[in-house]
Parts: sequence; structure tokens; C-alpha cells
Amino acid sequence: MTERVTKLRQQSLDRKPTLSSERAELMTAFYRDAPAAPLPILRALSFQYLMDRKALYIEPGELIVGERGPAPKATPTYPELCCHSLEDLDILDSREKISFALDQQARDAYRDDVIPYWRERSMRHRMFGELPDAWKHAYEAGIFTEFMEQRAPGHTVADGKIYEKGLSGLQAGIDRELAALDDLHDLDAYDKRQQLKGMRLAADAVIRFAHRHAQEVARLAAAEADPVRKAELEQIAASCAWVPEHPARTFWEALQAYWFVHLGVITELNTWDSFCPGRLDQHLYPYYKREIEAGTLTRERAKELLQCFWVKFNNQPAPPKVGVTAAESGTYTDFSNISNGGLKADGSDGVNDVTYLILEVIDEMRLLQPSSNIQLSKKSPDRFLEKACEVIRKGWGQPSIFNADMVVAELVRQGKSVEDARCGGTSGCVEAGAFGKESYILTGYFNLPKVIEVTLNDGYDPRTERQIGPKTGDPATFESFDQFLEAFRRQLQHFIDVKIAGSHIIERMYATLMPAPFLSIITDDCIRNARDYNAGGARYNTRYIMPVGPGTAADSLSAIKYHVFDHGHVTMPALVKAVRDNFIGHESLRQLLVNKTPKYGNDDEYADAFITLLCDWLFTQIDGRRGPTGSVYHVNYLSTTCHVYFGSVCGATPDGRHAFVPVSDGISPAQGADRCGPTAVIKSASRMDHARSGGTLLNQKFTPALLEGAEGLDQLAHLVRAYFKLDGHHIQFNVVTGDTLRAAQKEPEKHRDLIVRVAGYSDYFCDLTKGLQDEIIERTEQKQF
Amino acid sequence: MTCATWTDPAFLGIPVAEGRILRIERFAIHDGPGIRTTVFLKGCPLRCAWCHSPESQLLQPEFMPKPERCIRCLGCTMACPHHAVQPAADKGPVAPDACDTCGACVQACPTGAREFVGRTMSVDALMAEIERDRIFYDESEGGVTFSGGEPLMQPAFLLDMVRSCRASAIHVAVDTCGHADTGALLEVARDADLFLFDLKMMDEERHLAYTGSSNVRILHNLEQLAAVHSNILVRFPLIPGVNDDDENVRETGAFLSALRLTRVDVLPYHRAGMAKYDRLQRPYPLADTQPPSADTQAHVVRLLEEYGLIVRPGGSS
Repeated sequence: MTERVTKLRQQSLDRKPTLSSERAELMTAFYRDAPAAPLPILRALSFQYLMDRKALYIEPGELIVGERGPAPKATPTYPELCCHSLEDLDILDSREKISFALDQQARDAYRDDVIPYWRERSMRHRMFGELPDAWKHAYEAGIFTEFMEQRAPGHTVADGKIYEKGLSGLQAGIDRELAALDDLHDLDAYDKRQQLKGMRLAADAVIRFAHRHAQEVARLAAAEADPVRKAELEQIAASCAWVPEHPARTFWEALQAYWFVHLGVITELNTWDSFCPGRLDQHLYPYYKREIEAGTLTRERAKELLQCFWVKFNNQPAPPKVGVTAAESGTYTDFSNISNGGLKADGSDGVNDVTYLILEVIDEMRLLQPSSNIQLSKKSPDRFLEKACEVIRKGWGQPSIFNADMVVAELVRQGKSVEDARCGGTSGCVEAGAFGKESYILTGYFNLPKVIEVTLNDGYDPRTERQIGPKTGDPATFESFDQFLEAFRRQLQHFIDVKIAGSHIIERMYATLMPAPFLSIITDDCIRNARDYNAGGARYNTRYIMPVGPGTAADSLSAIKYHVFDHGHVTMPALVKAVRDNFIGHESLRQLLVNKTPKYGNDDEYADAFITLLCDWLFTQIDGRRGPTGSVYHVNYLSTTCHVYFGSVCGATPDGRHAFVPVSDGISPAQGADRCGPTAVIKSASRMDHARSGGTLLNQKFTPALLEGAEGLDQLAHLVRAYFKLDGHHIQFNVVTGDTLRAAQKEPEKHRDLIVRVAGYSDYFCDLTKGLQDEIIERTEQKQF
Repeated sequence: MTCATWTDPAFLGIPVAEGRILRIERFAIHDGPGIRTTVFLKGCPLRCAWCHSPESQLLQPEFMPKPERCIRCLGCTMACPHHAVQPAADKGPVAPDACDTCGACVQACPTGAREFVGRTMSVDALMAEIERDRIFYDESEGGVTFSGGEPLMQPAFLLDMVRSCRASAIHVAVDTCGHADTGALLEVARDADLFLFDLKMMDEERHLAYTGSSNVRILHNLEQLAAVHSNILVRFPLIPGVNDDDENVRETGAFLSALRLTRVDVLPYHRAGMAKYDRLQRPYPLADTQPPSADTQAHVVRLLEEYGLIVRPGGSS
């Protein structure tokens, strides 16, 4: 790592996120005196107003320029979507985790300016005014979350067109569509014209923003005494004058072009999953190859540029979130997740020299953002997987690994062309998408264990003390397991319907009230359709529902069947009572449920049948349903931090889980449930049909000692290849730290799955004596990094 | 237990088609190449003072309680038909004479504090378990390792298993102490792909003192095996004060070199097994022995290398 990068990286790490009221103030000023114009044009003009006025920031020494806020980590707000109250601001300022410091000036601006104007105009306010009680009650009970209540739809990724065409090239396309509009025969021609004009204006906004940087950097260059830095600044100024308006000419310009587009997307609206360059290695490779061959770029310089580019992502924390949204996604990470490797449009192996370069960048940078993943195809060389595993084994959580062949299979099953699927990948956490051509919106997490709880209470939620679901019978009277299953299926169907009904309202509100003209320009086929991204203009429009806690839910079903109906260890009334009592006074029964229930994650057909059943039902109830903009629903299994929130609103469950503790994450087994090692987890996880999802997330833990040496590395790679042969979608490895082991000492029940290498053998950590545990903790801490 | 009888399945009370299994470890990556399933067979003719797996020594099923899990629910005492049991948390005699290891207390225990080690499995049942991870063996060129205890202590069962694996194209490693019926060993050798052969020490008297058996049969078996099998990895457990003297190391090197064996793993002694003795309520024989120093290990490796051996240091046993 060069001295420059070391410094920029450290500065980025040291900076504390702050809340900037700049954007909120500018938006308020614009809207107060807004011109009379159709909505798409109004939105585009507000965007121009912002981009023409926001403060510029150039960091000494940096090679890629541009920040979203007035300074790195100064995080803007989006009052047109979510207008924070003064109380929200206090919480954001003072909360222990994921806080945003703000000064008196920002507070005053909010009190005097922003709040009075936006309080009743924000999308959030209007949305909660429109949503039905059934939706609100289920939302408050914690059955599901709602992504769009504080942030805009986004969940999309760039393809290669911005490098190849430049924004002026895209504007030329807009002009062709405008010229072809036929007001006599096309009855939507007026609306289309406004959309297209808005897009054109939005592109101008970003081009002008780049030109402002060109002027500012040229000014700095003129004043620069150091000749080396002066030349760099002149080069940056020349780049900013050229990209993203025109096609990038060099590797360096390609990165700068993307970065301006990125800033445009995340400034226009606070889109979920910020934005992402996607298949960066594919997009950069032609520039890299040409310049390396011409001798105008060295590998070291390319790496330094990439590392400067990495720092820019880390300077943009996720916009401030409050309430349930903060709980479901409690992180500064804004889910830029760069895909590496994978396949080319023609189906051939996509790994190239830039792929390996990026792996080195990931290894050295170790930043929260951007996140990174590898797309591993059966065609990918083993060397690629090995290099990735070397980084993974260091244990800081990146890159995660995706099955590129499966991603293609999932996208094609959803109806994408095979070429679009191959040029896609995954973004956010694990979501499959056709990059540059798809709007794949996460609508919300869905709490499966909570539905079990509600079923056990005949549709009643004990925590909010409301009847939120249909009356499906008192389970204490159930005489067969099928009766329970049927009650559960009806509750599930009810809440999915409630969720989707609300999503229809929200989808329509965004389509009609909150166009995103800039995001529309760079997403095919919004220009050709002359329709906004938020109104179904993209080639593919997907809505995901993400069921959380399938492990906990499957284990709960297994426990009921096994202990009540198969073996008679406990009666249904006694089980219902114990669960309602949170097992207080029923510890012996709870131990039985925890320790002697067939559980998901152990390659046990009895338990895994419930995961298969759940996935079948969810698929049947969700997949293929249509939204009002022509969107199509699919299922996705990820949880971010929502398994913690969902656990905190869910009472005890029949698998022996106590009330209000986390439920299982992604498609991982419930905490401590898997007792047969990673191969068994993989076998269990592959019993669900990943092809019928838009992504699944599997977490695996290991201690550093378990995978030591060349052989350990090989076995890690083999484990991944085997999971992917079994059609798994994604796997990620977390190294077990001394802290985790200490937590396991304190609460063994939650960590029964922790396998450690003892000496010549591996054993479950919680089964070791205290002395031996202490020794392993000490050893683990020595081995890290 | 005498040599005349321990190979007789009838004596063991187990039908030939069944074996007594201590445990099955999936994703075993240190017992041969690739990702493996290691099947630990229960029962061992040796009583090595440093054994880190004392629960593998007896062929009979045993209780190995985990007292820290016990919540004193008394489910076990109520379930026992012989009134021979008390909660795992209350260490002390359990009336061993009255216990017929029927397992009622284990069934009744909700926490897993009462655990039974040593279940009986048929060849078919064990094959089905092994088959579960076939995709991982295929991917990694792994397979199954039969370890113990001493797998050759159940020769008929082992032979059946090794042949079944061969028929199913699964790579087989056999981890043996070498103290076994020569005929059975050579029969197994026809179908096993790899032997992990433990060689502890060369002096017969010392061997007898530290393992309870003479090493004559072991050395003889290694000679016989080396003559017919080309894939043998010798494992030398390095125990300070027991077998780390130059004389023993040199004799070991000379012996292996004479047999044209080339690969040796040196496995340094560790104390991780101590806790298990506690659970089994047995005294730990090497209470005062410490793991060998890095210098000692390096020295031993150097000595062995003088005999033309390829030595992998610092592996663990």
C-alpha cells in the first residue's frame, strides 16, 4: 500500500459520521419557490439545484474526487422521503451505535426550516396515512418490516454503459426517443415527454457537477507548489471536464466516471443498497489491458487508483435511519457489494487480471465499504478460488462467495435473457440481479418464527395485545400435527397478503410521487420505455419478500411434530403453556426441546423436511404475484441484522428458544442447532431449492486453527465447490474470535455449534472443560491476522 | 484381555456384521487427504499413558457424563430400572454392578449431560452415514478414515467396511497402532488405500511399561505391511521423557529406513485429553509431563531426516 493510500485510508477510518443538513436545506429552499412543472421535470430541477450548489470537497492527495456531503462522512438527509423530527435528531446524535453527530446549525435549520416544510409532505408521513390498519398492526407486531418507509427503492447496480457511452451518449438516446414521440397515436406521449425531459435535465445536473469539480481542481492545481501533485491535479481536472459526460478514455477516467454517477444516484434519492459498480473487473479490464500494453499504466498505479476509489465508498455511510428501519439494518454499511469473476455474456469465464488485482485491493484495504464478493462458476479457475480463500481465511468477513452458475439459473428462471443473467451478479447482501437492467426492490423482511407464535395464540399477538391474524383455532385442542400445520399455513398466507397489499400502495405512491430521473437514465430500458425507474421503466421489475428465521421456524415445527405427535413426550396444551410462560418453570421441557429435537442443519431428513416445506409454501404464496407497476414478486432469504430485531419482538418458540432473543439468520441453522459440522450444514441448506429464490445467505464460522496451512486452504475451497455442486447460492465464512469464544463460555446454549480444533482433533467448544476453553481462547487470539 | 481372545467376535458379544462405534466425525481434514469422515471404532489393545482418547480404550459402551450440563431434574434416577444412577452433576459411584448400560437414563436426560459412548452399528447403517458426505470426498479427493481405539480390534467388521468402501469407490485410510492380528491386517491391506501407522518406541521393555503391551507384534506387523503396501504414513507421537531420547529416535529412523518407508509425521504430545480422564473418573497417568519444546521437536525431526525420511513436523496426534 502506498503512503498516499495508507493516509487516505486512515483518514477515512478515523472520521466520525456526521449528519449534514446541507441537502435538506437546499431541497427546502428549492421546493419553497418551486416552478410550476410536471413532476419528473420538477424532480430533475431540484436535482440540478442540489448539484449546482452543494459544497465541493477535495481531499489532499486523493486521486478520485467527489463526496456526497460537504465533507467525507458528512451524511445528508432526504426530508422529502423521511423528515426527521428534532427527537429523531437527538437519538441519531446520542445513540450508542450507528450515531451521527450534528451541530447546532443543523438542528436550527431543521427546527426553523426543514421540519415546518416537510413534516406533512414527506413520503413517510403520507405513506403511514394511506396504509390500512391490518398492515400497521402486523408491522407494529413485528411480522414484517418495510424498506421504503425511510429510504427510496434502488436495489440496483450499474452495468458497463456509463463507461462506453458517457452521459452525453445516453442523452442522445433520450433525444431520439423524444423526436420519435407521436402525440396523435401514442396516448401516453405527453407523459413520456415529461419523463424523457426530466431524465435529460438530470444527466445535465451530473455533468455540471463534474464540471464544477474540474474548475475547483484546476484552481487547486494552479496554487499547488509540489510539481508531482500539480500534475496529478491537472490530470484530475481534465478528467472531470471529460467524464462522465463522454466515454472514459483511461482506467483512471473510468473510475472517476463511475464515481460521479454513483454520487448522482445516492444524492438524487437515498436509494437502498446505495449503488454499486457491479462487475467492476469486467468493466475496467479493456482499459487496463490497453494501457498496460501501451505502457501508460502500471499494475501498481492501477492498484493505487482502485484503492483511492475504495476509500471513496468508505466515506459514505448509510443515510441515518431510525425506528424499525434502524433495527433491521443496524449498520453504517450501505451495501455496495462489488462482484468479481463470474461469467461473460457469452458464458465464458470472466476472471481476468483486474479480478486478481481487486482481490489484492480487498485484502489490503479491509474497509467496511465497499463490500466485495466473488462470483464462482464451475468454469472459474481454481486459482481464483484459492486467492479468494486466502483473503477469506484472514477472517474479516470479505469476500463472500457466490455460485455464478446458480445466480444465472435463478435469473433465467425469473424470466431474464441468459445474456442479461450472465452480465448480472449479486448485490446488497445476496440479491441476484441483472445489472443495469433491473429494478429489484426488497420490500421487507418477514418474521417466520413470529407467525409460529401467532399461530400458537390463535391469531393473537401477546406483545401488542391485538388480534392480528385470523382465528385458526386454539392449538391446545389440536389433535394432529396436520391441524397445526394448516393453521400455520393460513396465518402465513394472511400476513403475506397483508404485506403485499401494503406494498402495492407503496409501489404506486413511489411511481406517482417520487420519480428518480437520474437513476432511470442508467437503467435499461427506462429511456426506451420513457418511463421512470420507480414506475416500472426498467427491463425487469422485481419485488422481493425476505422471510427471516427459517431455521428457527423449521426447528419449531420439528419440535411440535416430534415431541407432541410422534413421541408423546409432551402434550400440546403443556407445550403451549410452557411457550407462553417463556419456559419459566418448564426448564426440563425446554432442555428436551433444545437438545433432543431433530434440527435443521444436521443433514437430518426429518428436520430438513420442514425447511423444504416452508420454502415450498413461501414460493407458492409469493412467487409470480404482480405489483401495480408490472413488477413480479419473488422470495429472497437474507436477514441483515433483522433476525435480531425480529427475535426481540417474538415470544418463546417451541424449539426451546427463549422470548426476545435473536432468531436464526439467513438460511443458517438456528444458533447452536447444528452439531454435525460444516458438511452437514451444507447438505441441509442444499435441501431447499435455491433456484426458486433470488438469493440465500449461509453463514459459517470457523476458528483460525481449523483451516491452517495449505491443506486447510484446500479444504475450504473444496467445501465451497461441493456446496455449489449442490446448487447452493452463497456462503460466507466468519472467523471465530476470542470474544465469540468467551461469549460461548458464558452462554453455551447459543453456541453449541462452535467447533474448534483442540489438538489432533476437533470438538465442540462448549463441551470442553473451562481450562481447555481458556487455552483455546488464548490460542485463537494469537492466530488472528 | 488376551490376544487369544480379543479377535474373537463372539467374545465381544457383537455380531460380525456390526461394529462398536465411538463416534463419527465429518469434515475431518487432518486424518488423510481431502475432506474425510473419520469413524472412531471403540476398543484398543494398548493403554498408552499419554492417550488423549481414553474413552476409546474399552470396547464396552461407557457413560461419559458432562456434569456442567446437568440441571438435576432427576429424570435419569427416575428412569433407571436398577436404581443405579444419580445426576451427572453429582460425581461419585453410580452402582456400576447394577448398571447394564440399557441407556434408559440417557434417553430420559433432557440436557445431554448423560451421554453414552459406544453405539453398535451395522455395516449398512455405517455405510449410509459415510455416504452422506460423498460429494465432499469426490470434490476434495478425500474419503473415510477408520481410526479408534484400534480399528483392527474389530477385524471382521473393519474388513467388511473397507471392502464396502472399496466397492463404492470411496478412498479408505486405516489409522492403526499396529497391535493386531497379522492376518487381519494384511487382509485389510488388500483394500485399504492408505495406512496411518503409529510407531511409538523401539525398546520392548519401555513399550510394555508405557502401553501395557510388548511391541514385538507391532514391529513385525509393520514389516509385513511394508512388504505388501506402498502407501504407509508413519506417525510418531513425541512424548517427553518417554520416547524423545536420541537412541529411540535413531533406532526408529533406522528401522523405517530399512523397511524403505519414507514418510513420517511427528506428533507432539499435548495435554488436551486430561479433561476426559476427569469425566471418566480415571487418574491421568502423565500428570507431570509437559508438551515437547520447539527445540526438541526440531532436533527429533533433524535426527529422523538423517535416515532419508520425509518428516512433517508439528502435526498433531
